[in-house]
Amino acid sequence: MKAIEIKNLTKVYANGTQALKNVDLEVVEGDFFALLGANGAGKTTIIGIVTDLVKKTSGEVKILGCDIERDFSKAKKFIGVVPQEINLNIFERVIDILVTQAGYFGIPRREASVQAEMLLKRLGLWEKRFGVPRTLSGGMKRRLMIARALIHKPKVLFLDEPTAGVDVEIRHEMWKYLRELNGEGLTILLTTHYLEEVEQMCRNAAIIKGGEIIMCNSVKKLVQFMDTEVYVVSVQQTKDVSSLQHFKPKVLDETTLEVELSRQETIHDFVLALTKTGMIMTDIRPKGHRLEKLFLEVLNK
Amino acid sequence: MDKYKATKKVLMRTAFQEQWIAFETIVRREIARFTRIWTQTLLPPVITQTLYFVIFGKFIGERIGDIQGVSYMAFIVPGLVMMAVINSAFSNVVSSFFSVKFQRSIEELLVSPTSNTAIISGYVMGGVIRGILVGVIVFLVSIFFTRPTIQHLGIILIFIILTALVFSLAGLINAIFAKKFDDVSIFPVFVLTPLTYLGGVFYSIHSLPGFWQQVSLFNPILYMVNGFRYGFYGLSDVSVGGSILFLLVLTGILTYANFYLLQKGTGIKS
Repeated sequence: MKAIEIKNLTKVYANGTQALKNVDLEVVEGDFFALLGANGAGKTTIIGIVTDLVKKTSGEVKILGCDIERDFSKAKKFIGVVPQEINLNIFERVIDILVTQAGYFGIPRREASVQAEMLLKRLGLWEKRFGVPRTLSGGMKRRLMIARALIHKPKVLFLDEPTAGVDVEIRHEMWKYLRELNGEGLTILLTTHYLEEVEQMCRNAAIIKGGEIIMCNSVKKLVQFMDTEVYVVSVQQTKDVSSLQHFKPKVLDETTLEVELSRQETIHDFVLALTKTGMIMTDIRPKGHRLEKLFLEVLNK
Repeated sequence: MDKYKATKKVLMRTAFQEQWIAFETIVRREIARFTRIWTQTLLPPVITQTLYFVIFGKFIGERIGDIQGVSYMAFIVPGLVMMAVINSAFSNVVSSFFSVKFQRSIEELLVSPTSNTAIISGYVMGGVIRGILVGVIVFLVSIFFTRPTIQHLGIILIFIILTALVFSLAGLINAIFAKKFDDVSIFPVFVLTPLTYLGGVFYSIHSLPGFWQQVSLFNPILYMVNGFRYGFYGLSDVSVGGSILFLLVLTGILTYANFYLLQKGTGIKS
């Protein structure tokens, strides 16, 4: 079943800016999907329209088969959203924020309190339940917004750059938790700038530019669009690299160099060539950020 | 594994029950808000109105004598109660709704299936409760200064409820349009306060020259104050039935305006 189905979605803001141009997008149930794009590309507008914070100009959006306009009540129950900017009520206590949010979804307080306790414990916020948001760190606020988005047990979770400004440790904890949720069957669509993590976590991705989806595929296939891959090679001592020109070598320091391998070449080919130079290899690893490279290439086209 | 798979499970609660819970949640939140900051919401109107009782009622009122057979102090009680109701109902809704709009925590409500009916009635109910609560406190304080008689309790209730309702609805419209904090205080300062002072709180319009009597009839607050005063002393400068009808029509228009604005997404959706 399709978790998200967007057809011909167009948005023109009151000031005349066309944020989306006939966007078509499908995300299957259970997917971990990334929406990539530069600032102002239209990512937040898509999430805004789906979650009823932005009014669409034309087009159709369905969540698990329910039209967000005709069947808005049912569609909204399926959706959880973690916005890009912190939008917590600064005067309300952590526990009240969750119970109130559940109330807006028609969930009675007793039932909501049980779910709130489970979420706050799972997200490491239980000790802070009687505090107000301003007493929380940036990472805690983000986690609280995730808890708030999950309080009504949605089936599709939208995360708009949830890890922006979050330190590495907390970011990894959050990703671990999101992977667990996805493992439990929750469909996740996220926008992020941490492309390396998209490569590690998401199954499918779309790239949006100027309000249009210009590429949509599995993350693996998107990476395969890359003609070359960059490797970081550690050697005991770098020597003359003139015989490796074919691999476009870059000597980074006395023991490290960077080389580029085309898709037709194997690491074995490179190792054979390297051995001929007399250098002894101690380690080789992909440089990563392949998606970032693709992303930049596509956006610069 | 399939915890989040879409199922066609029969919903346990009806749509009405869910909307009722959402409404209740908003009202509970509103009451919690104004009781938490009671020194800003409940105390100031009581202190202000007490000063009116002392200065106008006691010090000046003793020199004025009776108005339409009622002591000046007793005459101004209904008007001062109504003044507190109007300001409290209006400011509760305008500041609460604008505050969540400003912090963007209104998105919590907008992403939920809460209907516009539940949103409007929840916020308005919060304003009505605070307005009436402050009105009752001010009335209780007035007992220390005079002994207001109650001739028509039903009329008193109708006027206090309808007035709180009208100004809560008006407060919501103000909050929907407001873009900055200044916009929240423009209407109360430049419209509400002058209309209240000129709405027959401190005098009977019969004491005004003919022209100003006619001008006063265009002031909606005049009808609220006079209708409310009628409930206490059986005295009114205007028709009580007409005043109730006027308030009902005003309630209807303001309710419709709120629905229209929320539906359109004015001030809250881009």
